[in-house]
Amino acid sequence: MTEPMIEMRGVNKWFGDFHVLRDIDLTVAEGEKVVICGPSGSGKSTVVRLISRLEVHETGTIRVSGGDPSQASGRDVGMVFQQFNLFPHLTVLQNLTLGPRKALKLSRAEAEDRARRFLARVKIPEQEGKRPGQLSGGQQQRVAIARALCMEPKVMLFDEPTSALDPEMIAEVLDVMVELAEGGMTMVVVTHEMGFARKVADRMVFMDQGEIVETGPPAAFFERPKSERCRTFLGQILSH
Amino acid sequence: MRAILLLLLLGGCASGTNWGWYVIDPTTPAGWTNIKFLVGGMGATIQLSLIAAALSITLGLIVALPALSERRALRIVNRVYVEVIRAIPLLPMLFWVFYGLPIIFRQMGLTVPIDPFWGAIITLAVSDSAFTAEIYRAGIQSIARGQTEAAKTIGLSYAQTMRYVVLPQAVRRILPPLANQFIYIVKMSAFASVIGMQELTRRANELVVTEYRPLEIYTLLILEYLVLVLIISAAVRWLERRMGADER
Repeated sequence: MTEPMIEMRGVNKWFGDFHVLRDIDLTVAEGEKVVICGPSGSGKSTVVRLISRLEVHETGTIRVSGGDPSQASGRDVGMVFQQFNLFPHLTVLQNLTLGPRKALKLSRAEAEDRARRFLARVKIPEQEGKRPGQLSGGQQQRVAIARALCMEPKVMLFDEPTSALDPEMIAEVLDVMVELAEGGMTMVVVTHEMGFARKVADRMVFMDQGEIVETGPPAAFFERPKSERCRTFLGQILSH
Repeated sequence: MRAILLLLLLGGCASGTNWGWYVIDPTTPAGWTNIKFLVGGMGATIQLSLIAAALSITLGLIVALPALSERRALRIVNRVYVEVIRAIPLLPMLFWVFYGLPIIFRQMGLTVPIDPFWGAIITLAVSDSAFTAEIYRAGIQSIARGQTEAAKTIGLSYAQTMRYVVLPQAVRRILPPLANQFIYIVKMSAFASVIGMQELTRRANELVVTEYRPLEIYTLLILEYLVLVLIISAAVRWLERRMGADER
């Protein structure tokens, strides 16, 4: 068996007195797509924020692509945020080239080549001169995905990528994510888009109150949830 | 009502026995010489203000950065600096720098002469830096946390995040209050007169002593500052418009 891409062992995290994550064990293999769902406050965002090293955990270990768990490189991991977090003062192209030029030390021409390649992949090659504020929410989120991809990460993390979008924009973002999944990218996605989860996920993870309550392949997960908490949650989000 | 007051004032200026505009009448040789003497302090006031402001915005940024640190000790350093410097009135600080600091230098075995020009600049810059530091801090903290997080996930270092992501956005919010501080520095530079710096206020004081015409001379002095500040205000508005247009 090959080395797992992400390995979390006995991870605990507190915000002050609040115990956000309890003994999280989660392993993600190379190329695997994991969808995490659960009620708000369940700690699901914190899991991806720990993997991307935006937060620090108190106990346990987190390894990404076999790296030293203490080392905070962060470059193997791409992150897509709910609020896009594009840089509003830069053009789309500059948003994409900033990381490659400054962190990876690529030349401007190399970085721009790469940026245009990924802009084409998220299907907005014609917007490179615009600023984020001139784009729709769906376009902004696709730019954010391209920005993360420009760092050529081994893992892509998505923290509720469609939750801030108007309904008509959700599909265009999910389409890009489906294509990315089909291309073999390792992905961890926090989302309530259960249609997307059914189509893409290799494994579902249900979290509640800082714990992983249930995991399993989507078919079994949606048809026969084992725990009462998971049944209730799925009943709530799938009922309408 | 207001028109009547204005008429009274103008009437007083023109004909009242209290006024003696001859002292700064440009049509007479003596009046013209006096005007040249008074306005001659303008260069020093501008120099003082510009250099002090440049130092203050540099020093202010250096002081502000620890405030944004996650380390408590660094934040305390910032707090202490800001609270202490902000609490010292300008004039006592000016006396301390001009008369006191050279003694400290001498005891350390150094001969660092502090002339009125540099004494005033150091005082203005340090005193103002506590305020500019607070302006930077507020401006930088107003940039959403998501921006620094996004920068981190694309591998940027702290310095790169500041340089390419945070400061370019913060500067638009920082500039207007910073310009206000510059106006404040221009006005506070008048205190340099008390340690003998030959700027606008000092020249006015010296002329009052020889001509005994405080009303006319100080009126002109106020007009000089007014013109200077209005020019700065106009320049700042122009700059703001340009940067605003750039953002859209």
